[in-house]
Amino acid sequence: MKGQTIFFDKPVSVSQVATIAGPKEGEGPLKDYFDYILKDDILKQKSYEHAEIEMQRRVIKQLLNKSCLNDGEIDLVFAGDLLDEIIGCNFALREFDIPFFGLYNACATFGEALILGASMLQNELAERVICSTTSHFATAERQYRFPLELGNQRSPLAQWTVTGAGGCILDKKEERGVKITAGTIGKVVDYGVNDANDMGAVMLPATLETLDAHFRDTGRKPDYYDMIVTGDLGHAGGRLLLSMIKEKGYDLDENYTDCGILVYNREAQGVGQGGSGAGCSSLVFCSYLYKLMQRGLKRKILLIPTGALLSKTSSLQGETIPAIAHAVSLEVL
Amino acid sequence: MEIFLTYLTVFAVGGFICLIGQILINLTKLTSARILVIFLLAGVFLEAIGVFGYLKDFAHAGVTIPILGFGSNLAKGAIEGARISGLFGALTGGVKAAAAGLAGAIFIGFVVALISKARSKP
Amino acid sequence: MKPDKEETKVYLEKVRENMPKTRHISTMIRAFITGGIICCIGQGITDLLKFLLKNADETEIGGLTTIIMIALTGILTGFGIYDRIGNFGGAGSIVPITGFANSVVSPAIEHRREGIVLGLCANMFSIAGPVIVFGISASVIVGVIYLFI
Repeated sequence: MKGQTIFFDKPVSVSQVATIAGPKEGEGPLKDYFDYILKDDILKQKSYEHAEIEMQRRVIKQLLNKSCLNDGEIDLVFAGDLLDEIIGCNFALREFDIPFFGLYNACATFGEALILGASMLQNELAERVICSTTSHFATAERQYRFPLELGNQRSPLAQWTVTGAGGCILDKKEERGVKITAGTIGKVVDYGVNDANDMGAVMLPATLETLDAHFRDTGRKPDYYDMIVTGDLGHAGGRLLLSMIKEKGYDLDENYTDCGILVYNREAQGVGQGGSGAGCSSLVFCSYLYKLMQRGLKRKILLIPTGALLSKTSSLQGETIPAIAHAVSLEVL
Repeated sequence: MEIFLTYLTVFAVGGFICLIGQILINLTKLTSARILVIFLLAGVFLEAIGVFGYLKDFAHAGVTIPILGFGSNLAKGAIEGARISGLFGALTGGVKAAAAGLAGAIFIGFVVALISKARSKP
Repeated sequence: MKPDKEETKVYLEKVRENMPKTRHISTMIRAFITGGIICCIGQGITDLLKFLLKNADETEIGGLTTIIMIALTGILTGFGIYDRIGNFGGAGSIVPITGFANSVVSPAIEHRREGIVLGLCANMFSIAGPVIVFGISASVIVGVIYLFI
């Protein structure tokens, strides 16, 4: 580990991906890239929490089916979501016979899962692992905000939690394809923003810090990457990031985008500043970004899932909101 | 003509009270529960100093439909109770006067919640 | 990692300048119209009741109007319509008594899935509770003050 960055000198392959998108995401610009689009977001379950558990279960099942593996051939699962005590993945993993680590870094969980999974493989502690995350609009709304039926105006800064699940298999044996070559682990950064609607501003300093550390540790310049994709800073957050990172001497204008921007059609879908949620970066990476790399359209992508580490209790007690961002460097070698 | 004027007053006054609420929300990012409490207490206060009656004569539902009216009912009931039966009345009068709103909200809330399900937004 | 106060202040200032702001005029107009319409509906119900129940006194009419407004809100909330009115009208749909009813009914519906006693009933006043507490306490204080003057 150099600084905050782990280099995977025996690069780890992302050998298989699977995604399940909610109905709203299925109407968005990435609709042709998803494996499966849900017709409704309750999935015949008795509650939205159960629906989220079911999404997590289905995405892991889909990964196994797509790669013709059974439970015993996966060494480990790293998964997470936004529910209380991460029940989304905890309960989904009841259905599988696979050792499991449950993770929580809010919307940055997917980055955390990828880096942990890759580290396991790099050190030959495991052969094949699954990384997956989910989020659900209805459960997140209740978890962090207000009841669904309460007549409240959405703040112009608010983001729309993505309903969806994305997962991938990391494989050591796979020779070709998309590789994880480095991961920069973020620090918890708190710049004193306390508006729980303004997630872009909350997560921006953490993103800056992680990007700075990544470029410093790797000696790479922003133009090394074909694409630099943050998790869910949204439109306004992304714009502010571009202007603030210039002060640190980096120029991202050419290749920057954001999963929360990619996943929705902002004008037509009324989503505020864009998508957010633990499922946002996994859904976009495991569909659109992965396929771009597979087809050779982009060869080097830096994915930076960003997470705001708040809870309803901490907000009520007047705490400011800390945030974290992990950077994962993905390359087609 | 008179009825038209009445409704115009109701619309203007009611709208204006809500507009003040919106300004509060925009400037201070208050949540809906706090807005309700602020306007309720304003209603209690206006009734206690004896102004609310005049407002009501002027704007009718324009002031009674906003939660101001609920607050004024509470205060009016307490004052009435205090006048008739002293300390006991002061304690019970408010709830008595607001009983319609409270019982209505609780019972209707209970029934509606029993039969309907929360649904996600499109 | 926590930056020093100066750095935080600079950043928060930057956020305030650069992040999109609430559109004051548009939200205010919408609140005005929504609130006005809701009050007019209330007035309409009052007038109708006065016409139908010639013997009822003013308190009864007022109470019945409140109950009918609350019932209408309950139904609209149950069908998932009131939250859309709220998204359009902002304070226009919060400040009227219908906003109070909505904040009683919506958490009750939301928590229905956790059971009737500990879900629905226990959470019914998770948003509107403060209104009741402040309202009743204030009325008692007013009553007691009235005793002494």
